[in-house]
Order: sequence, then C-alpha cells, then structure tokens
Amino acid sequence: MRTIIVLLTALCVIGSAFWAYHENYKTQEAYSQSDRLQRDIGDARARLAVLRAEWAYLNRPDRLRELAELNYERIGLLPLAPEHFGAVDEVGYPAAVDEIEFDLDGSVAVSSDGASQ
Amino acid sequence: MTRIPLRPLATILDARKKGSDPDAIERRHTSQRHDAMQTEMKGMAEGRLLVLMFMFLCAFGVISARMGLLAGSEAAEPRVAAGGHEILAQRADIVDREGRVLATNIETHSLYAQPQEMIEPERSAKELVKIFPELELERLNKDFGGKRKFVWIKKKISPEQKQLVHDIGEPGLLFGPREARLYPNGKMASHVLGGTNFGREGVHAAEVIGIAGVEKTFDTYLRNPANGTAPLQLSLDMTVQTAVERVLYGGMKLMNAKGAASILMDVHTGEVISVVSLPDFDPNDRPVAPTEGSPDDSPLFNRALQGVYELGSTFKVFTIAQAIDLRLVNQNTMINTRGPLKWGKHRIRDFHNYGNTLDVETVLTKSSNIGTARIAQMIGAKRQKAFLGALGMLETTAIEMPEASGGKPLVPKNWSEISTMTISYGHGLSTTPMHLAAAYAAIANGGRKVTPTLVKQSAPNYGPQVLSPQVAKLMQGMMRKVVTDGTASFGEVAGYSVGGKTGTADKPKPRGGYYKDKVISTFASVFPTNKPRYVLIVTLDEPEVFTYGEKRRSAGWTAVPVAAELINRVAPLLGLRPEIEQGKLAGITLTSN
Repeated sequence: MRTIIVLLTALCVIGSAFWAYHENYKTQEAYSQSDRLQRDIGDARARLAVLRAEWAYLNRPDRLRELAELNYERIGLLPLAPEHFGAVDEVGYPAAVDEIEFDLDGSVAVSSDGASQ
Repeated sequence: MTRIPLRPLATILDARKKGSDPDAIERRHTSQRHDAMQTEMKGMAEGRLLVLMFMFLCAFGVISARMGLLAGSEAAEPRVAAGGHEILAQRADIVDREGRVLATNIETHSLYAQPQEMIEPERSAKELVKIFPELELERLNKDFGGKRKFVWIKKKISPEQKQLVHDIGEPGLLFGPREARLYPNGKMASHVLGGTNFGREGVHAAEVIGIAGVEKTFDTYLRNPANGTAPLQLSLDMTVQTAVERVLYGGMKLMNAKGAASILMDVHTGEVISVVSLPDFDPNDRPVAPTEGSPDDSPLFNRALQGVYELGSTFKVFTIAQAIDLRLVNQNTMINTRGPLKWGKHRIRDFHNYGNTLDVETVLTKSSNIGTARIAQMIGAKRQKAFLGALGMLETTAIEMPEASGGKPLVPKNWSEISTMTISYGHGLSTTPMHLAAAYAAIANGGRKVTPTLVKQSAPNYGPQVLSPQVAKLMQGMMRKVVTDGTASFGEVAGYSVGGKTGTADKPKPRGGYYKDKVISTFASVFPTNKPRYVLIVTLDEPEVFTYGEKRRSAGWTAVPVAAELINRVAPLLGLRPEIEQGKLAGITLTSN
C-alpha cells in the first residue's frame, strides 16, 4: 500500500513537471509572438507616419493653389468669396414627380408558356 | 557465498580426537564471520556516501551554473505580462483646429565618417563636396587625414543624398538614423510653430528639442511618450492662416510697408485663429538669430507678439468706453475740441481742425486727439490705469509662446496727467498687437476679458467683466460708425458689417524723439458688428502710398483697405454668411485719417 502511494506521488510530480515545462515553452512562444506583432505594429505606424507626412506635404496650401491655378480652365476653382454663398431656394433641384406613370404604349406581351420544355 | 558453520562436525570430531578445545574453533569462526559482516557494512556505507556526494555535487553544480549565468547575462525584468501599447519615442505631431498636420516627423539620416576605415579618403572628400556644395574640401581632407577616429559630416541628409553617398562606395562613410521635424506647409505659421533643433546627439539617435514658438512652450508635452499618438491641437485654422498670409503679403507690398502683422481672434474663446507676422521664414530651415542691427529687421521677429508699438488712435475706444461706463459722458455729450490743446510745454493737435466742439461719438469717428484727451482728463490717471490693467494692457499676454515675454508693454514710469492724456489716444503706452486684439475682444464679446490662447478651446473662456454689456454694445455701434462715416471708410465689406478703429502712430527713433515720415498704421476691427464673433488686427510697419496726388501713411489709406480685403477673403472661410445690412447709409464719404 505504501509503495503504491509513493509511486503515485512520484508519478504526479513527474506529470506536473512535464506540464509546467510545456506551459513555460508555450508562454515564451506567446511572448515572442506578441513581441513580433508589436514590432510589426511599430513598423506599420512608422510607415503610416511617413505616409501622413507625405500626404500633408502634397496637400500643402501653396502646392494646391498652384495646381488650382494651372488647371483653372479645366476645373475653374476660385478662392471662396462672399458672393459664392447662395440660398437653399436657389438650388436647382430636379422637378418633383407627383406620380410615377408607366408608359404602356408599344409594350410587348411576354408569356412563360412552354418554359419547361 | 558458502556459509561456514560455527561448529563444523568434522573439525570438532578431529579436535576431540586430538584433545583440543572445540570451543576455540567456534570462537575463531564467529570472529571470522564478524569480520566479513563488517567489511560488507563498510562498503555499503561508502556507497551511500558516494551517492550523497554525487547528489550534492549536482545540486551545487546547478546552482553555481545558474548563478554564473545570471551574473554573465544582461539583467532583465521578469515578465509578468506581454507588452501593451508600444511607447512611441517620437515627438508628437502638431495639428490645426481641423486636425490638419502642421508639424510631424520623418526619418532621415545623419552622415559621419570613421577615417581609419576609409580606403580612398581624398576621392571621398571630392565626391562629398560634389553632393554637398556647402562642405569645404580642405576641411574634409584635414579631418580624414588626421588622427581623428570619428567625424560628423552632416546632421541631416535626405534619402536621395543618402543614395548618392552610398554610390561613392566608401566603407568609412556611415549613416546614423535621425528623426527630423518636418513642417510640410513650409512658411505657413512659421512664427507660431517656431522650430526645433537637435539636443544631445549620439550616433544612433538624437534628441529633438523645440527652440521657439509652440515647439518650445509645449516641448515637455510633445516629448512625453505617455501621450502616445495624441497630437497637440492648436487653435489656428490652416486655410484661414494661408489666406491671411497671402492677402497680407499682397497688402504689405502694395502699401510699400517693410513689415506687417495681423491677428484674427475669436472674441468668446480667445482662440487665435490666425496670427501672421511678415516677413516670415521657413521653420524647416530656421535662419540664425541676428547678432547685430535692429531685431525687427530679422524675419524671426514676431511683430504680432514682440513688436511693442504705440498703437495710436485705436486706444480711443478704451478711453471713450470707460468714460461712458463711468457715466462721465454719453455718446451725445459735446466735448471741447478747440486746438491746439496746451498742457505745460506739450501741445496736442488733431489731424484736421474739427471746429470748437464735437459730440463723443464724432470724437471717435473723426478720431479727435484733443477730444479724447479732454475725456481722459475727466477719467483721471488712476482709473485709466486700473481699466487698462483690467483689459490686460499692462502685463505680457498669456499666450503660449516664449516670444510673448518679449512683448512686455512699455508703461510710463510716472503716470501723470499728461501721460493720461496722451495714452488716451495711444501715445506714451506701447503694447503689442496681441494686447490690442485681446482688449478689443473684450469689448466685442460684451465686456468680458478674454485670455488669448493658441490651443483649441471647446467652450467660451470668459474672464471677469471689465465693462458693462450695454456700454460694450454701444461701443460696437460706434465702431461700426467709424467704418460707415468715419476714418475707416475703406473698411466697408459687402455683406459683412465691419466695425473698428484706425490708429496711426509715428515711429519712435531708437535714441528718442519721433520720425516725421515713418508710422505704424493699425486697424483694429470687429465683425460682424451685429453679433461680433471675430476681432481682426492689422498692423503695417512704415506703409506709404501715393494716392490722389499725395503721399499717404495714415491707417485709413493703408491698413484699412488691407483689413477689408482680409475680411472679404476670410469671413466666407470662417463660415460667416454675408448679410444685407438694414438701414445702410446712402452716401459714404471718404476721409483721409
């Protein structure tokens, strides 16, 4: 009886040691993966910062103004002036349609007879 | 093992035959058996000791190996959790009120050399000079040929330049990573942003520190990694700022001025929407501070914050507002304006002779120095000083710029009655345009003091009440009159009701006295006057135009048209809808002051 208890205890110790060993390695793997991800995030952020800086540089007011002046004939952009404000009732909305009318003249009759053949 | 009996029968019988003692045989055998047992026990004990020794050896071996490992390896904190947000070592961005980038960082490289690693130092020096023309060939040859082991060549190079240096193919030329500050909009808002420089420098990194403007004021905030990616949001509006800079530059050139400044401020929050000082500079390539000459000749000089000027007749608004608030006069009280007004050896004159009497409102609209001085006499020195102090005109402004401390108002040492009289029309007390903007904002928002700020605010930011709301309202109406039928008739902008006050002050000579032909002309305006939202200050330094057959320097001919054009350009951008004003006066008279 005593031998069995001793044996079982020993087996328990070995088993838990094995489990702890595995857990340790799994944790380390998870840590290194999270480190890798953080590094990737950092890289992505750095790239994003560069892209933002580039976007801001390309959108600098001086450049936009020059582009607007160069392409005036095509897009006709002007600095915003007080006379550009309009009233809502000046907006040319399409005329309201009261009732949708179907034009039934010249309609073609369609039937599904013989569709199964 | 054969076991020998203690009394073997054969030996006993043999001994009995011989007549010897058989017990002796037994004793001999017993002792032999004891000897054998002892030897066996000893062996076992020795074996156990050996095992124990081995165990101890292992245990101590493991411990000492671990200790050695710990001592030999670099110390690391035990990790209890995976790292959270990574800490950004970058300086935070600066954005405008709409979140548009004003300052950000880019990765660049620094270039250094290790001469002992170099293969062809002379050829490399030649090639480097081709890439960077500002380097000196002799200097490089001396550095590369000497005993130095480390030479900085350039602190900041662009990726294209880096590639060109790579192409030299010299192993002794090396690059270190650098984080550099980039102001993508170039000269825009250069005085506000200021600039940065490298602090402590190493091969692999360098500190970026703010040296002027908000970069310096908020240096700790911008460098604090705990803020993560949160940028610093300013109250400036990039679109408005750009438009103002362009219009003001045009105005400065048209009016032949050597410098110009403008401030656009929200009257309720004290937010500075735009502040411009011309000439300006590129913060990406900040010029060095001048060591000689007048500081305001340098583009680094911020006229809006550091330019301490006598701002002339713009002060009349304060005098009249205070007099009405103290119930000394009302807008229809007649004031004696017969000139010149003599006080001791001083004589106060008007630009034109306005006759013997004028009512208070016309004193303001026609800008009579004599009339204002007489009103100031009623107020007295003590009350005038207290009122100007309450408006913040006697202290440096609280705006978040290191340059603001250079804009300390020049207050007369002895605030005598003659000082009171001259200060009433803006002479004898020098302030910056920013002071004027804050004080006008107080009148425009119903008499509450505001503190100018460059940081975006979410709610109105009123200080103590310095003027009653009724008087503030009255003053807004009178400022409107200055534009409709007073000295600022060019300030009329179609669709927006603009009110304001002109001011033309002679420039003081550095050694005392005043120039006859150099003025600072200022227009302080409020718009829209029916419900004021913004204050605009325009100051031109030494303007001079030739119109209608004569040279003109007064603000009505110089600063006012520029301000009108600014409002026309900027008000739509601020989302103000043009209105058709009720009861507009039919005929507008042009006057020249």
